[in-house]
Amino acid sequence: MSNNIYKVSPAPHLHEHKSTRNIMWMVVIALLPAMAVGTYSYGFKALFLTLAGGLAAVACEALIQVLRKVPVSVSDGSAFLTGILVSFNIHANAPYWLPIVGAIFAIAVGKQVFGGLGNNPLNPALLGRAFLLASWPTLMTDGWKATVKESISGLSQGVMTQVDSLSSIAYTKITSATPLNVVKAIRDTTMFSDVANGHTALEVQKTIFDGLLDWPSLQNLFLGNIGGCIGEISAIALIIGGLFLMMKHIIDWRIPFSYIGTTFVLAWIFGGMNGLFSAGIQLPLFHILSGGLMLGAFFMATDYVTTPVTKRGRIIFGIGCGVLTITIRLVGGYPEGVSYSILLMNLATPLIDKWTMPKAFGEVK
Amino acid sequence: MSLKTFMGGAHPHDFKEFSKDAFIEEFPLPKKVIIQLSQHIGAPSKPIVKVGDEVKTGQVIAEAGGFVSIPMHSSITGKVTKIVKFPHPAGNSQMAIEITGDGKTDDWVGLIDEKDYLSLSPEEMKKRILEAGVCGMGGAGFPTHVKLSPPADKPIDTVILNGVECEPFLTADYRIMLEQAEDIIKGLKIIMKIVKADKGIIGIEANKPDAIKHLSNLVSKESNLQVVALKVKYPQGAEKQLIYAATKRRVPNKGGLPMEAKVVVQNVGTAIAVYEAVAKKKPLIDRVITVTGGIVKNPKNYRARIGTLYSELLEGAGGVSEEIGSVISGGPMMGFAIPTLETPMTKGSSGLLIFNDQQAKRNQEMNCISCAGCVNVCPMNLIPNMIVRATKYDDWAMAEKAGTMDCMRCGSCAYVCPANINILQYVDIAKAKIFEERKKAK
Repeated sequence: MSNNIYKVSPAPHLHEHKSTRNIMWMVVIALLPAMAVGTYSYGFKALFLTLAGGLAAVACEALIQVLRKVPVSVSDGSAFLTGILVSFNIHANAPYWLPIVGAIFAIAVGKQVFGGLGNNPLNPALLGRAFLLASWPTLMTDGWKATVKESISGLSQGVMTQVDSLSSIAYTKITSATPLNVVKAIRDTTMFSDVANGHTALEVQKTIFDGLLDWPSLQNLFLGNIGGCIGEISAIALIIGGLFLMMKHIIDWRIPFSYIGTTFVLAWIFGGMNGLFSAGIQLPLFHILSGGLMLGAFFMATDYVTTPVTKRGRIIFGIGCGVLTITIRLVGGYPEGVSYSILLMNLATPLIDKWTMPKAFGEVK
Repeated sequence: MSLKTFMGGAHPHDFKEFSKDAFIEEFPLPKKVIIQLSQHIGAPSKPIVKVGDEVKTGQVIAEAGGFVSIPMHSSITGKVTKIVKFPHPAGNSQMAIEITGDGKTDDWVGLIDEKDYLSLSPEEMKKRILEAGVCGMGGAGFPTHVKLSPPADKPIDTVILNGVECEPFLTADYRIMLEQAEDIIKGLKIIMKIVKADKGIIGIEANKPDAIKHLSNLVSKESNLQVVALKVKYPQGAEKQLIYAATKRRVPNKGGLPMEAKVVVQNVGTAIAVYEAVAKKKPLIDRVITVTGGIVKNPKNYRARIGTLYSELLEGAGGVSEEIGSVISGGPMMGFAIPTLETPMTKGSSGLLIFNDQQAKRNQEMNCISCAGCVNVCPMNLIPNMIVRATKYDDWAMAEKAGTMDCMRCGSCAYVCPANINILQYVDIAKAKIFEERKKAK
């Protein structure tokens, strides 16, 4: 007879080998392809800027947790992830203090004031970016670094030469502009004021627009041969990371799918220059490949804490993000709307969850 | 053939490899048994013996304490030595009768051998089932004669036998499906006769292909009996989920019973007990129990007398190869961790599971990150993380809205939670509080 007393604990006594920590580090791993393309395209400074953001976020979180007298939990990877996502939204010519300040703001104001991981209403990384954009708009949107291979806008050399011959003002403007900046800029026809010799502003506009939608230009977008933020330029690298997370059952297909799908459809309907449905297939492709959409759809709009938990809710969230993104891009004053659309939908998350509460199995009134 | 299943669910590894090939062995007659008076849902049984009484195997020692209750029988021949509180597999201590024998004498009382048992009236069958003290052997332990007495306005057309055994590690039901399949089918036919159902289904998870094949062969000539292969997913064996998978019928929530879907569900082990009660008047005094776990030297499937101590079962299985971390009565998902091995097995004891220190370890609870893992797996389609949050903020209206009262405690949510939150504990608090609020409102 044994009189040993054993440990008791409530059921279940088995646990899946998945923890917050390995989820967060898995997301970091999924961002490596994008990091690699960023580093390849812009040089090692891109890598160092990213690390600066990540490490600043970790240091900031640890410091605040010490001050709050709560356990330091930076090894869970969530702060590091937030930090590198802030840096991913900054271009490679930025000074080092920029991602550091952004990451500190993201952690301090975006996360810790609400009580740390799990309690923040807004995506901290996007809040950090919004803060930087509002505080240093020029630093954030000017001085894009060209990649080692192509022009910043992804326009081919042939198109650029053609534009230069038509309007040198336009040429100067688009030389230093990202693809989405170009789209926004050419809506203002006054920039073609120097067009002469029987050519019209409309003609230049069309040349640039068509140039952007050329397959080689789209290919540049897809691979990442453009100017832009460190982590967002290569659609293919981000898609690989996103698929990896889906395969690992870490992110749900619903948000990326509905977000990208909505953006695609709306761009196709409203994006053409001659009214509804005037766009070909290239324009919606341009919209989903450009800017921060892939980064946003796979890595920001899927942030657990700030997005709905219900399945229907996640689809609504993705559609909402798509509608806001296209609205901002086509109608609004900013060239890019991904981060604001996700932040706005973050605010709607509790409401969406409340509205989309599923029926219990066998529900009767 | 595509496998039938339910919505949601988790995928724990089944760990059945330890004991699945161990043939059922008769566990040697114990010298001492402890018969718990509460082995079932409902009123505890009332002892009708006193210390010092001589009892024989199968003799009634406690009578049913009400309609929703069952009698208890002595599982050995010997003398009543104590009627006091003993450790119970639910983890606490409850009143029980200790019987001490000599480990050899085994005099049975009241056994018959009725060949034409199927021509008995349903009332007689139910009477024998009650007298044999049969209750559900899958775990919950609902008195079987009650389950087989649906009101007249609730006709039953289908009986489902639960051979799913979705709890990891357990193989008791699997072994009886291979070794006692004929008795299972006899029991099924008796149950169908009692509730006047014309269809019988045996649901088995696809990780037991030989059991599926064996039972399918046996019922192949009977057009009203069918074996349904089910997807391997936890909790496939939960009553409502099994009914849905097998018939596509949904049992209403908010306390709805299977009979509202015209179904009665019984465990395969219970079906054998029903057959033995009706045809042999044999009381439920033994059952098959799996003794398993990575550190158990020779994992076993034992047919052991009710009241046998877990410590003896473990000894019979060769003991352990490293230090015991925790002892679980039942399966790892819904079983109880018990403080002592000096606990007797009951009619609901499907397994004795031994974990080492590593497996018994619990990780620190962290903040919920709303990953929705619990939402995705909940077979009742509830929002478990919202129940946790509502409980933390004492918001009982919200807790109820998120589905607290429909939770059947399968534990899938806590199993997947990456933040190690034991969601079930919060659900239990919320349930108690909601009951409290309802009482106040009345």
